[in-house]
Amino acid sequence: MKSIKTDKEYKDYVKDKQPKQTLLKNCINAFIWGGSICIFGQLLFDMSKKHLELNEKDAATVQIIILIFIGAFLTSVGIYDKIGKHAGAGSIVPITGFANSIVAPAMEYKKEGYVMGVGAKMFSLAGPVLVYGTSASVIVGIIYYFFK
Amino acid sequence: MVDYIWVFVIGGIICVIAQIIMDTTKLLPAHILVLYVVMGVLLTAIGIYPKIVKIGQAGATVPIIGFGYSLAKGTMEAVDKEGIIGAFSGGISMTASGISAAVVFGYLASIFSHSKSKK
Amino acid sequence: MKNNRLGRQTIRFENPPTILNTASIVGPKEGEGPLRDYFDKVECDDTCKEKTFEKAEEYFCNESVETLLHKERLKSGDIDYYIGGDLLNQIISTSFTAKKLGIPYFGVYSACATFAEAIQLASCIIAGEFALNIVVSASSHFSSAERQYRSPLESGVQRKMTAQWTVTGAGSMLLTQNSKPPYITHVTTGIVQDYGIKEADNMGTAMAPAAVETILSHFKDTGYKPDDYDLIITGDLGTVGKDITMDLLLREGFDVSKNYTDCGVEIYDESQDTHARGSGAGCSAVVFSGYLFDQLNKKELNKILFVPTGALLSPTTTLQGDTIPCIAHAITIENTPELGKEAK
Repeated sequence: MKSIKTDKEYKDYVKDKQPKQTLLKNCINAFIWGGSICIFGQLLFDMSKKHLELNEKDAATVQIIILIFIGAFLTSVGIYDKIGKHAGAGSIVPITGFANSIVAPAMEYKKEGYVMGVGAKMFSLAGPVLVYGTSASVIVGIIYYFFK
Repeated sequence: MVDYIWVFVIGGIICVIAQIIMDTTKLLPAHILVLYVVMGVLLTAIGIYPKIVKIGQAGATVPIIGFGYSLAKGTMEAVDKEGIIGAFSGGISMTASGISAAVVFGYLASIFSHSKSKK
Repeated sequence: MKNNRLGRQTIRFENPPTILNTASIVGPKEGEGPLRDYFDKVECDDTCKEKTFEKAEEYFCNESVETLLHKERLKSGDIDYYIGGDLLNQIISTSFTAKKLGIPYFGVYSACATFAEAIQLASCIIAGEFALNIVVSASSHFSSAERQYRSPLESGVQRKMTAQWTVTGAGSMLLTQNSKPPYITHVTTGIVQDYGIKEADNMGTAMAPAAVETILSHFKDTGYKPDDYDLIITGDLGTVGKDITMDLLLREGFDVSKNYTDCGVEIYDESQDTHARGSGAGCSAVVFSGYLFDQLNKKELNKILFVPTGALLSPTTTLQGDTIPCIAHAITIENTPELGKEAK
């Protein structure tokens, strides 16, 4: 082309040709969904403390397990991806999104078998979270040991 | 009731920050989850995140950043009790229930359902 | 040697091959789109009762070729070559179809421009009198492409506004030596263009320069102007790429605002929430086989420039941070070829 020659010229040229990502609307949706999922988590926590008479630590465990179950269940019936379309980060960041990131590839790769498909691909999205989270916590632990 | 407003606001803000990063940079959701977990670990180590958890409760622990908080908290508690070995055992022990739940429910979900086309 | 080449990239056929017939078969979402009445068959279930989406894509591909042969009452033994491709690794859907058909087979790949590549090669073989009948096909499937190029179907990830929706469907075409319109009179083979776009969810922007360069070369080689065509239609630039292409062509001195559109834009409408509309190897294939061929037959359109575009990305190199090489191939299809009209 005569008018555009380099990569940079093209990138500058297309910048204002891109559709807007509707950032404000996305943020509002993320805020409402994210906040609501957390409220629901808090309700679970308070209820298991009150009705199951659990201590703080066990109540937190029950809360996380139930949230993960709900995330996994909604993913398996095909609802979570529809929520994600509106909620964006609001449904990715809560722990239910972590469950979604494990269940989605597990379902998708089931056709490649239960070992090489489900087993191997289950952590294709969640694996990095465990790798970096665990490594960071070990490093923090060692530093804490020497400097506490 | 005031508690619940804080839960909503803090949980919401954590998600909005992720949304802004996602929409304005080229980072993928996987990058954000990793970033958040590591941030959770670091902020807990320097003592900031426990304060946020105190106000935000589930608003701070339900987002994936809370997973980092649990990892770091577990590690530091274990180091206090068991010394250097705790650095290796504490984090995963603290979060074991969540990870096991995710693995088992993920496996069950994949057995009982098929991936469906989007409409 | 008789020289049928025009300029650097174009071939003009003195004995132009005929498009004898086409067949198109699409999935449910395309069947709800504005072109629904033009397709031969709309499947209401995009798994086609197959176990996997890859098998479903193979079904689409095979079914379109079978429908095509059935329309012309031909058997696979009457066909000299089968040329086709799709988006899956090692173009597996097309290869399985070729296995079933038992026709001498060329598997080709130009991503979403595969249909054009196949047509161009088939035209050359027929014009060179090496074959009488050739079947070409291209197919894609939303769910198999999503898994190969993006994320699992159930993951709750927001699609970007620039993202395009892979068309589920397959189109096929029967080319022959004949004297019946429409004819393929010119083919302009594209040169790979790469302007450093790296985002796999912004293919319209990545592919637009390839479309522009190929259209410019076509005009330069043949001496045609935009007004010589009833319609100039690119493959799957989507809404984003279509606007860029139109604007860039205007900057280069060609105003195509009156008679230019894009298959990906046409196949879905605004309400279907596909963001930047359609893409995929099947996109240009079903729009041509369904809508455009019908319009050519009814003489609503008499001369079109069909320019499928392809983003030749590999998921591996995209992850490694590489850019997306893109290509576009242009084909002139006419009802009444003005033979002998030379370029200046």
